Amino acid sequence: MGRIRGSAPGRALCTWRGGLSAGCLMLVALAALLAPWVAPYAYDIQNLSATNQAPSLAHWLGTDEFGRDVLSRIIYGARTSLSVAMAAIGVSVLMGMCLGAAAAYFGGALDRAISAVVDLTWSFPEVLIALIFVAILGPGLYSTMIAISIAYLAQFSRLTRAQILAIKGETYIEAATSLGGGHLHIVFRHLLPNSLTPVIVAGMLATGDAIILEATLGFFGLGIQPPKPSWGAMMSSGTAQIFLAPWTIIGPGVAIALAVLSINQFGDALIDALDIRSKLRET
Amino acid sequence: MAFLDVHDLSVGIGPLQPLDRISFALDKGQILGLVGESGSGKSLTAMGLMGLLPLIGGRVTGGSIRLDGTELGDLSEPTYRALRGRRMALISQNPMTSLDPMVRVGEQVDQVSRMHLGLSGAAARSRSIDLLTQLRIPDAATVHQHYPHQMSGGMKQRVVIAMALAGNPELIIADEPTTALDVTIQAQIIQILVDLVRLRGLALMLITHDMGVVAQACDQVVVLYAGRVAEANTVAGIFARPAHPYTRSLIDCIPRLGQAPGSLKGIPGVVPGVGNYAGGCRFHPRCALAQAVCQQQVPPLQTRGQGRVACHFSLVATDG
Amino acid sequence: MFVYLIRRLLLLLPVFLAVSVVVFMIIHLVPGDPIDNMVQIGASPQQRAILVARYGLDQPLLVQYGVWLRNMLGGDLGDAIVMRQPVIDLIAENLPHSLRLGGLAFLFSTIVGITTGALAAIYKDSWIDRSVMTLILLGSTLPSFWLGLLLILLFAVQLEWFPVSGARSWTALVLPVLTIGLHGVALVSRVTRAAMLDVGRRDFVLMLHAKGLSHRRIQLQHVLRHALLPVATILSLRIGWIVGGAVTIEFVFARPGLGSLLITSLAQRDYPVVQGCLLMLAMAVMLGTLLGDLVQAAMDPRIREQLR
Repeated sequence: MGRIRGSAPGRALCTWRGGLSAGCLMLVALAALLAPWVAPYAYDIQNLSATNQAPSLAHWLGTDEFGRDVLSRIIYGARTSLSVAMAAIGVSVLMGMCLGAAAAYFGGALDRAISAVVDLTWSFPEVLIALIFVAILGPGLYSTMIAISIAYLAQFSRLTRAQILAIKGETYIEAATSLGGGHLHIVFRHLLPNSLTPVIVAGMLATGDAIILEATLGFFGLGIQPPKPSWGAMMSSGTAQIFLAPWTIIGPGVAIALAVLSINQFGDALIDALDIRSKLRET
Repeated sequence: MAFLDVHDLSVGIGPLQPLDRISFALDKGQILGLVGESGSGKSLTAMGLMGLLPLIGGRVTGGSIRLDGTELGDLSEPTYRALRGRRMALISQNPMTSLDPMVRVGEQVDQVSRMHLGLSGAAARSRSIDLLTQLRIPDAATVHQHYPHQMSGGMKQRVVIAMALAGNPELIIADEPTTALDVTIQAQIIQILVDLVRLRGLALMLITHDMGVVAQACDQVVVLYAGRVAEANTVAGIFARPAHPYTRSLIDCIPRLGQAPGSLKGIPGVVPGVGNYAGGCRFHPRCALAQAVCQQQVPPLQTRGQGRVACHFSLVATDG
Repeated sequence: MFVYLIRRLLLLLPVFLAVSVVVFMIIHLVPGDPIDNMVQIGASPQQRAILVARYGLDQPLLVQYGVWLRNMLGGDLGDAIVMRQPVIDLIAENLPHSLRLGGLAFLFSTIVGITTGALAAIYKDSWIDRSVMTLILLGSTLPSFWLGLLLILLFAVQLEWFPVSGARSWTALVLPVLTIGLHGVALVSRVTRAAMLDVGRRDFVLMLHAKGLSHRRIQLQHVLRHALLPVATILSLRIGWIVGGAVTIEFVFARPGLGSLLITSLAQRDYPVVQGCLLMLAMAVMLGTLLGDLVQAAMDPRIREQLR
């Protein structure tokens, strides 16, 4: 127990902010994982005689325009949103790290080329980049994931590159090189592991943004297509009912806000515990 | 009563007590040297006198500071603020960072005249140019329009001195004014300060770690160690007959021309951090003369001839 | 300063070309024959032949790009499939709305953001500081389109102070500007506060105190000026978010503008319009970034010397 408490995540958990947000996050994650058991109804059961009902005992968050239970759809939506965001960011982090590491390690023309492309996407809003990919690939699950991955790529690439540049000149790298370590060996065995932490924390924070981006795309009708529930799409169809059934909009929004808030707060607490705020300053 | 009378001043930062019952007195036309190694509490004394301790999270926890009879500790903040820059001025350690980089240097000196003396813009400007000229800055009118990054360290420090003088203060506290400067410039700056005191009858408190500077410029000396006064005396007295072992070592450390190579002396050990002060006499872990009583009892500050010493085994025979 | 401007513009050129290549490739990356993606269903062979000639679709890709680029620079962005108008006309109709929204949102964010950030720094740890920090928290974590919807619910539906959607009157601007602006305020406020606190720890601030200036005067007359530099830096780096925000919010509030044009044409697979919009929006981001860089250079003489 001492070792857990002494480590950075452990210390983050012991703060009010860290513990509370982590707890919230756990709740959301558990709800998503155990959706079929936790949700009171299946997400696609329609009940056309009970459309747009206000919250009641039978339906804690009311029903939508097809009579589907809003709460259940939110819970299933958590599954979609969380998994899409996490998968997309995971891929993004991996690709970003490779690009950033290559740029930093090899330097020269490769560095300039990679940095030029990365910096190009860096100044563009993620929404725009995502829309470009949706334009090419059409709406849907996979294009959403790819779009999100590419949109956040720049961040991780730049961060990794900065980290590796900082430690490239250090003595133990020189030692490894002089001992005959090949390029791949040095990158994977020495450089990457030591620059891992800020990138992973950044990835965590980006997951929150990715959830919002996925919801935004869904809101435009360009994300995950029905009948799979997604928070964004729910709010989109909810706008048609804005006068009749405002709860169809409020519910998913609160869910998103809760998820993103707890991710950001826990990420922040982790940054404080790890004391890497200065390394992340550029992003 | 002396112009500046500090009695049993104690300063706390958080749970720590970096300064413990500091006492000294300074009159106009005099230069007092406050000497000690880094960490002895010299800068804290300066901040305490200026009333700026809250800026670094500190506060006066005991004692009194009297400026021309007025007890500074009793003053409200607005009243204290009216004194700063007007009756008492600070010259701080690092001229490189003491000036606002985005404001022309002349304007920074003008500001004091306008604020404290009510001068108009043009009057303030010509006064500043006068001051800069007096401080031997060539072509002061042009320099007045320069930005700090266009000037050398020595010039910047002169500007800081001008800023300090602009309000016509009676007391100047110079916190290591030459430490960040080249050796050749150091002597010039010290000479400027000495001349100012003689010319204008100011009281100058010169904070330094360099006993050589003390010998060159000061009338009186107060030696600080680990937040307490170790010894205080006239400069002549302290160099002739240093009473405290620490003072003795400090004087021995001054390099002299013609010294045999390899014979530079130091004082064994390091200055303790604020949380690590030894019991009894704080110097005893590094003192060659330490005995059991040094660890058990805090040596009181006692008068010895013209000065005061806090040591159980002071090196001066009691004069009687 | 002028030299700096020229140099920055020159640097912009390759970026612009790169973006134009990406946008150009969209039609060719989409599954299907490019011609099919540019005409209406049921177009006659003659109409298709006209298009082929106009865009050089029977030529190698590079030539096609050249043709497209030349057309674009001449103002010909193709014709919209669904709305049967030249794309350039559609853009000209919608651009002013977007500019108005984006411009106001930017002004709002900057002014309110700097004010609240400065107040939070000056009165650190007071209730003012805590409220501003809460505001920052909300503005940075709430998804903007949800915020927009909430504002619509509260102020348009319940209280009926503002119209729910559209752009018929200036009151229709209030809620959209507020929505985009809140996110911006959070960003600017956070940076301003952090920058002012950072600057406040520097040595020259101590000297200002020693000269007898009051805390408030030091903060407002000296510290704030220094803090504005990092604020300008962040604003110029993140100017893209206004474009992104505008795109989303125009859609939420059903306002005319480049953003809603883009979204609707994406849904309708009207690729010429998509390309035109993306190009314009990308240019907006680039120009915004350039402007931000210029402001920074104007504020800090040291930056101007960097590009020599």
